[in-house]
Amino acid sequence: MAYFKKSPWIFHYDASSCNECDIEVLACLTPLYDIERFGIINTGNAKHADIFLVTGSVNEQNRSVIKNLYDQMADPKVVVAIGICATSGGIFRTCYNVQGGIDKLIPVDVYVPGCAARPESIIDGVVKALGVLEQKAMALKHEQLVESV
Amino acid sequence: MNQISFLLLFPLAPALLLAFISNQIVRNLIVWVSSLALIFVSLSLATAHLGTSPEFFSVDSPVLEKLFFAGEIILSLYLLWRCRGINKKESYIPVLIILQAGIGIFLELSGKLPKVENAFYVDNLSIIMALIIGIIGTIICIYSLGYMKEYHEHHKEMKENSRGFFFIFFLFLSAMFGVVLCNNLVWLFFFWEVTTLCSFWMIGYSKTEEAKRNSYLALGMNLIGGLGFSIALVYLTFFTKAPTIELDKLIHAGSALALIPACLICFAGLAKSAQLPFSSWLLGAMVAPTPVSALLHSSTMVKAGVFIIIKMAPILQHTTAGLFLAGVGGVTFLMASLMAVSQSNAKRVLAYSTIANLGLIVTCAGVGTYEAIWAALLLVVFHALAKGLLFLTVGTVEHKIGSRDIEDMEGLIVLKPFLGVVMLIGIAGMFLAPFGMLISKWACLKALMDASPILAVLLAYGSAPTLFFWSKWMGKILSVSSNAVTMESPVDTNEATALTSLAIPTVLTCLLFPLIASVAIEPYISNLYGQTMSLSRGNMLIMTIMLGLIILVPLGFVFYPRKQKHVSSYLAGANVSGSTSFLGAMGVVKDVATRNYYLSAAFGEAKLSKASVILGGALILGMFVVVII
Amino acid sequence: MTKIALVLAYVIGGGVLGGLLSGFDRILTARMQSRKGPPLLQPFFDVLKLMDKRTVVVNNYQTFYVACFLIFIVLTGSLFFVGGDLLLTIFALTVAGIFLVLGAYSSHSPYSTIGAERELLQMMAYEPALLIAALGMYWVTKSFHVSAIVSYSHPLIAVLPGIFISVLFILTIKLRKSPFDLSTSHHAHQELVKGLTTEFSGSSLAMIEVAHWYENIMLMGFVYLFFASSPIIGIAATILVYILEVLIDNMYARLTWQFTIVSSWTVTAGLAVTNLMAITLLLK
Repeated sequence: MAYFKKSPWIFHYDASSCNECDIEVLACLTPLYDIERFGIINTGNAKHADIFLVTGSVNEQNRSVIKNLYDQMADPKVVVAIGICATSGGIFRTCYNVQGGIDKLIPVDVYVPGCAARPESIIDGVVKALGVLEQKAMALKHEQLVESV
Repeated sequence: MNQISFLLLFPLAPALLLAFISNQIVRNLIVWVSSLALIFVSLSLATAHLGTSPEFFSVDSPVLEKLFFAGEIILSLYLLWRCRGINKKESYIPVLIILQAGIGIFLELSGKLPKVENAFYVDNLSIIMALIIGIIGTIICIYSLGYMKEYHEHHKEMKENSRGFFFIFFLFLSAMFGVVLCNNLVWLFFFWEVTTLCSFWMIGYSKTEEAKRNSYLALGMNLIGGLGFSIALVYLTFFTKAPTIELDKLIHAGSALALIPACLICFAGLAKSAQLPFSSWLLGAMVAPTPVSALLHSSTMVKAGVFIIIKMAPILQHTTAGLFLAGVGGVTFLMASLMAVSQSNAKRVLAYSTIANLGLIVTCAGVGTYEAIWAALLLVVFHALAKGLLFLTVGTVEHKIGSRDIEDMEGLIVLKPFLGVVMLIGIAGMFLAPFGMLISKWACLKALMDASPILAVLLAYGSAPTLFFWSKWMGKILSVSSNAVTMESPVDTNEATALTSLAIPTVLTCLLFPLIASVAIEPYISNLYGQTMSLSRGNMLIMTIMLGLIILVPLGFVFYPRKQKHVSSYLAGANVSGSTSFLGAMGVVKDVATRNYYLSAAFGEAKLSKASVILGGALILGMFVVVII
Repeated sequence: MTKIALVLAYVIGGGVLGGLLSGFDRILTARMQSRKGPPLLQPFFDVLKLMDKRTVVVNNYQTFYVACFLIFIVLTGSLFFVGGDLLLTIFALTVAGIFLVLGAYSSHSPYSTIGAERELLQMMAYEPALLIAALGMYWVTKSFHVSAIVSYSHPLIAVLPGIFISVLFILTIKLRKSPFDLSTSHHAHQELVKGLTTEFSGSSLAMIEVAHWYENIMLMGFVYLFFASSPIIGIAATILVYILEVLIDNMYARLTWQFTIVSSWTVTAGLAVTNLMAITLLLK
């Protein structure tokens, strides 16, 4: 079960973000922060990923997309809301077209506030998400054992 | 001898009967009974004579001689009469007919035609061919019962001529038996030209302008080949030290004496097998109803061409002319495989693939060593089965889905499971290990490498595009959209019987090929060459393991299905309803559609045909130049 | 008896070695990019994690194809390391590849399908070179069997330099390295999302990954054949070749399929075919 901690694959979606948080996410992949040393890979594909990183304040167009991508992910999976816009809508919260926080659409496990969230916070958030992922994996395993009996 | 006479003469009976009977039920009965009779007799021919040495039969009958001569005249006159419908470009055809007839008359009246000791013979190669004609040919006849009915339902504007159709089919079977069992080259040539006639009739069946032009094209090109045959007969009568028109004596005469007539006869074979530069007639012949394409233009008639070239192989062995001939085959294999990549019309893909595989057989025959012939014979067997099966399946599928385009066969495995599975067996039989063609290709590579590395290189380059276009097709059949449902439209019994009867042997021959090789192929080769080859134990084991896996693993999945969570496919999250549609630009809902690559810019016919024809023509010219010098 | 031992060694050892090779690849890549990179055993962690996921599928059939792919890759590698017929090995490898392609086709997804088409184009690009390499080895050692080629007393690289270079060229395609990683890419690269492997997840993806390990070990074995007469040089050369491939991967961007086919076939014709012609004329 320790393997989720050793090999968490992330999948990143920009829900009408201003792109600042996205840039910070990508900065984590650069040699300066190098999250690949933790085994983290940015897969571009929901089916391959364990951790769903979402940025942005979510508008009309994004709603079905986020739900669809979340459904396509294989269990166990966790969602990390990056930036204050993904958490609650940020400074765009009162706009007519803004959903305001992705937890209105899908269950979020970790919130990483900030505008833009710094790479250190993002890494910290992902590590916290790994703990949640491990718990979910254990629960899933237990469920599978019960099912097969 | 009884079986030979039966096979040659019996099909004429149903031919004549069917020419006059319009009643469907009686027709079905006659076709079934005749087919079963022919299958039975072909098998008894095999069991009686499948041994080591060829057996010869003499027929001492001047009446028969006169009959054949009369037949040739009637045939030439009839063809001339049919030339009424030619246009300016086709005016070479009556010239050829007159030339050929002239040569024939001259030979007959000169009195110099050598006496024929044995008019008929049977050896393992003839038996293999007779089984192909007798079993695969009759299965295709049975298939046609169902097919032609539906064909005319779909094409109400066409004048129905099923009586003529079945008459020609059985006449053709008789002529084909003649080609493979006749030792007298003059009579063989007569049977050869009858097959040309049958092909001419069948291609023009629908009587559309396109069909007419293509039938004349086929006639013309086959006549060019026939002219080569006629010249060979003249040479054999007047220009050799030991004149003979017997096939076996010619083969045993050796390269020094027999090379020129052998090359001329092989020239006829090249035209009949639609090798470059004669390939266009086979492509044009695809306008004919599908059973015609299966019988004449893949399993049987074009096999007559390579059959005669294989027979000439011992003469071509170790000669430069033989290498040139092999080059024609090799280049045909490469160019036809490349051009097949750009075709989406299923019948055209099959036509190009046929041309390519025949090219491979010609390459092996041109090399002429015992290893090469082993490979060539295996190719003949596997190709006849798999290609016949594929053509028939495409025919049925065309009637069910209304199109012969590969793009419309998407998800066939779910839409029409029986047809999908049969088609997959056919395609797998054409190129996948451990199926037969693969074994043949393996043997070819070894045999060609020993003879001339250029040929092996042509094979290496040519086999790459074959895997591309076959896998593309397989992928299309297996590409199932999530809202696909099985269509309910049952396949006609005759067609289904025919398809099953070909699909099962296709799989069985792969399992049993070591048996086929040792019983039928290797005795022929050791008889002719004094030595033979066979697949080593180790390789046979590997083949068996692979075949076992391919059969057992799917069964495992059928009996132990796993429950897994279904989600939609990845469409960037813009899925609208499952995996079948997505939200496109401007908020428009678009359906998911997939298309194969056809790469016509690189592999299109427009680009490659001209070069192919020039190459093929040049190599044939080279062969004759080398032989004359 | 030794044959069974060899097969077992490949099935067990080959998998482990393949994973380590993959880990080595990632560390090397990272160091070339001034990064630290993951631990050496990372590929194993990846596969074990994937096995623990609850696989999601698009249809019921795709897992079957991937299972066949894995089985046939292991079969191919076993055939190779047991010393079997090299041509049959190449054909078996083709069959395995086609199973993966069919698996990608079966999901009827645009990314998968284009990935499948490109994979077929890649196969078309490298097939001639592989076959000609086998033909060259046959001519020199008089046998298609790997056992005979391995025990040949002289270094094959000395007589087959052109063929060797063409094999290196197509090895880039086979190992899925830039500039030829058109159909799918590995690790952190993306192409058409994940191209061929887009619609696979969990245990299917794990099977594909493991199959690639086995395939890579077999390909390294194929490279080794050129140096087989002196094992130490052989192993060193094989490792150097792999490092070269990783270097090429990091140097080049992905190119088009047209370039892939044209360049592969040209290199094969220019180097491999001329090499073959030369040895058939000079050597008997």
